[in-house]
Amino acid sequence: MKEFAYVRAGSVEEATSAFASHPGSRYLGGGTNLVDLMKLGVETPATLIDVTRLPLDTIDELPDGALRVGATVRNSDLAAHPLVRDRYPALSQALLAGASGQLRNAATTGGNLLQRTRCPYFQDLSKPCNKREPGSGCGARDGVHRDHAVLGHSAHCIATNPSDMAVALAALDGRVELDGPEGARSVEAVDFHRLPGDRPEQDTEIRPGELITGVVLPAATAGLPSAYRKARDRASYSFALASVAVVLRLEGGVVGHAGLAFGALAHRPWRARRAEEALLGAAPTRAAFEHAVELELSEAQPLRDNAYKVPLARNLAVDVLTRLTDTALTGRAS
Amino acid sequence: MTGSVGAPAERREGREKVGGTARYAAEFHDPGRAQAWPVSARVARGRVTGVDTADALAVPGVLAVLSHENAPRLAEPDDPTLAVLQNPRVPHRGWFVALVVAETLEAARAGAAAVRVTYDAEAHDVVLTASHPGVYVPEEASGGQPAVREQGDPDGAFGSSAARVDVAYRVPPLHNHPMEPHTSTARWEDGRLLVHTSSQGTGAVRVVLAKLFDLPEERIVVTAEHVGGGFGSKGTPRPDVVLAAMAARETGRPVTVALPRRCLPAVAGHRAPTLHRLRLGADEDGRLTALVHEVTTHTSRIKEYVEHAAVPARVMYAAPHRRTVHRVAALDVPSPSWMRAPGQAPGMYALESAMDELAGELGMDPIELRVRNEPDVEPDSGKPFSSRHLIDCLREGSRRFGWDGRDPRPGTRRDGPLLLGTGVAAATYPVMVSPSTAAARALRDGTFLVRTNATDIGTGARTVLAQVGADALGVPLERVRIEVGSTELPSAPLAGDSSGTASWGWAVHDACDRLARRLAEHTGPLPEEGLDARADTKGVADAESDFARHAFGAHFAEVAVDTVTGEVRVGRLLGVYAAGRILNARTARSQFVGGMTMGLGMALTEGSTMDAAFGDFTESDLASYHVPVHADIAEIEAHWLDEEDSRLNPMGSKGIGEIGIVGTPAAIGNAVHHATGVRLRELPLTPDRVLSGLLDRRA
Repeated sequence: MKEFAYVRAGSVEEATSAFASHPGSRYLGGGTNLVDLMKLGVETPATLIDVTRLPLDTIDELPDGALRVGATVRNSDLAAHPLVRDRYPALSQALLAGASGQLRNAATTGGNLLQRTRCPYFQDLSKPCNKREPGSGCGARDGVHRDHAVLGHSAHCIATNPSDMAVALAALDGRVELDGPEGARSVEAVDFHRLPGDRPEQDTEIRPGELITGVVLPAATAGLPSAYRKARDRASYSFALASVAVVLRLEGGVVGHAGLAFGALAHRPWRARRAEEALLGAAPTRAAFEHAVELELSEAQPLRDNAYKVPLARNLAVDVLTRLTDTALTGRAS
Repeated sequence: MTGSVGAPAERREGREKVGGTARYAAEFHDPGRAQAWPVSARVARGRVTGVDTADALAVPGVLAVLSHENAPRLAEPDDPTLAVLQNPRVPHRGWFVALVVAETLEAARAGAAAVRVTYDAEAHDVVLTASHPGVYVPEEASGGQPAVREQGDPDGAFGSSAARVDVAYRVPPLHNHPMEPHTSTARWEDGRLLVHTSSQGTGAVRVVLAKLFDLPEERIVVTAEHVGGGFGSKGTPRPDVVLAAMAARETGRPVTVALPRRCLPAVAGHRAPTLHRLRLGADEDGRLTALVHEVTTHTSRIKEYVEHAAVPARVMYAAPHRRTVHRVAALDVPSPSWMRAPGQAPGMYALESAMDELAGELGMDPIELRVRNEPDVEPDSGKPFSSRHLIDCLREGSRRFGWDGRDPRPGTRRDGPLLLGTGVAAATYPVMVSPSTAAARALRDGTFLVRTNATDIGTGARTVLAQVGADALGVPLERVRIEVGSTELPSAPLAGDSSGTASWGWAVHDACDRLARRLAEHTGPLPEEGLDARADTKGVADAESDFARHAFGAHFAEVAVDTVTGEVRVGRLLGVYAAGRILNARTARSQFVGGMTMGLGMALTEGSTMDAAFGDFTESDLASYHVPVHADIAEIEAHWLDEEDSRLNPMGSKGIGEIGIVGTPAAIGNAVHHATGVRLRELPLTPDRVLSGLLDRRA
């Protein structure tokens, strides 16, 4: 096998300095994706820096009412946390819609954000893939791409981001906290993942050596009605064909706040800003929802075999908006 | 009889399996055992022009790299897929072009990644269409079935029928994907070849190894103590066992070849895609006048395997004018092979869907339509049935499922965003049996030892054979021990074609029956070594029967189709079977329910996509090849009738390993139509297809 060094970090500082002193390093969280990719030869790190023992495994309420989730909190624990279930139901639902129980027990919050696309061409060394090997071409564009992107794709890459959790974080206005050689910073969750453009090898805005230390869920969306819905080929353990996370606040009979993000349509969670703008101040009717969502999806560019994603995403969004409205108006789930 | 047969006896190896002590083929850690990793061809058609092994051999721990340039020459096998590393030809993508043997699995994998193979690639052709210019009518379909059968004037009769259905269906390529990948551990010892393998039948493995390596069979021992599923893909020897034996000989070490999951789609067989055209003509009363089932499928360039999907149409319904045809195109694709209910599963999906469409045309209940077309004799052969209780299965299923009073109108039952529907389909599977031998021994301690080279692929064969033996001996079950899974035991056929229990059980029954008679005549204490009896059913089990022998069943499904997403969820699945005498209620139920679950997968989630550009199947792991998970299964029930049939074997049993899959896809597909009013004719019914169908209908 390709040998690699293994370093167990005890602190963020230890982890980032280990990264700096070991060229070709990767941070290791739950390993549910990275280790698979190492077996496939897609990832070939020289050093694995195990960050699972870092003191980042707690979920804490901040003074302003926000919730900070440590990067090593396991997906199962995050989904089950009472405050998450109570204040950010979309996040809990998204996590539980992902993977399988066994994987959720191992996968971490930070690792979930950094998982790679499941595009079969990316995972197969015998085929071209610009994300894996820049300049080699894209096997999926003219190949098998039922599961691929309809929004924001480029000539270089049509892959989708596979995370359910990230879609909910995008809709909930979450932030991703980073620490690295140039110090700590945070970015909006919605800006954390990139569109492929001509650099599909770059999934995120993370800088070399930076480590995700946590995710912050803001006070502003705490307790708002929110929900996540995912369509998939089987009832569990399959990636989304399309998914949607919605956060909705009604004020005086009209939409006061709408956060809407799609999963499995693009290289990143797709925050539907145009739809949100259209919804703001509108009466929460089915027609308004359809109009807003169709406005957003009008820029979709389906490929030969994935045009179904557009009506699927529309249906999902309208359905969840409608249900959240019923909840908001009646105080109970329909 | 003491009544062991029929009882829900627990699997004898259950504790070992759940405790992790049952050993599978990769788990024989002989001292010095090496591991191997194959190198797969990266072109779909062409020739290997060079194999550069320098980098691979430089990987620490790598012992050898075998390719056609240096691998031992083998005798030519009957199965061309076993002629591995013998010549530079690449018949399909994923064909093995080299094997790296190393001290560890990791070193072997790294070595395989470092082998540089160059090719002279040719243009490939991998896409099957009904009008493919290469399509021909073969001499026969798989299983030795005639490719074409015709009676009367089907075209004329169809043309003048009062009610007609002329429809096309497509079943995609499917993969068996057993939980345990194909694996063998081989070692050579004093000119003998000793092999642990994951196979449905070690006897055939030994025959093949003897031929390939030019060895007398008695110098080869093949064992398959536990097998983690096969579903037909281990019914014939696979490249792993040839490669393991080859590598062990070359390195002088025991070698394990555990095929990586990603290799299986290309080298372990698949259910070939089938394109069906069904024409059913009926009079106003629903009596079939014409039945035409034409199937087009693919095979590889090196092996003709023709999925015999039109065969069930020769068995199911009376129709004076009939034609069944198989056509095939040889493409640059992996070699297709057996998969659970070969022929019957895809064939009955199409036939039973078309019957449902005909019922709709006629405005007739689909069960009643089947009742009206129940034949007196097997339609194609004219033979009487040894037993046929299809109508009883349909009626019993109807009663249990609550079919009566069903509103036949499609697309009318709503529960919020869900459309609800129910569907029914018939199932059939032929009774197969092969000659087998078995030995039984009475020991002085009052116990008995039954030995036969059956293979327990997870079905409970050990348990059921012990039950058969106990009853023939007239002793309690716990006094019968059983040994299976080795060529050192009395020879026996494979676990396949739903024939294992009938074949082995017959020999076990006869051996134990004979032993019981010997014991009855014996006086005084038993000799030190015990008392033996043997049986060989050759000439008896394989005698031609004057009867058409088949199991039958009925499947019922209730589905909810989500109009938001196109997702189909099966709320209830119910099967009723007439399969002769059920020998073990517990393991039989597992077989039926397992088959139905696999049928649900075929209906809704499973399918392999041929990548036209690269010439391989895209789904290469269990994250992308979607077998059903627990969350896909809600209520699932299997029931059976007490069917007496004295024209089968001494136990009165029919095979049950496959019939569970047969009617399930059509029952679910028919329920989806009943729910939505949309007839989708291509499996699987994934949300993209269903949602598109719903939207087309609305438009």
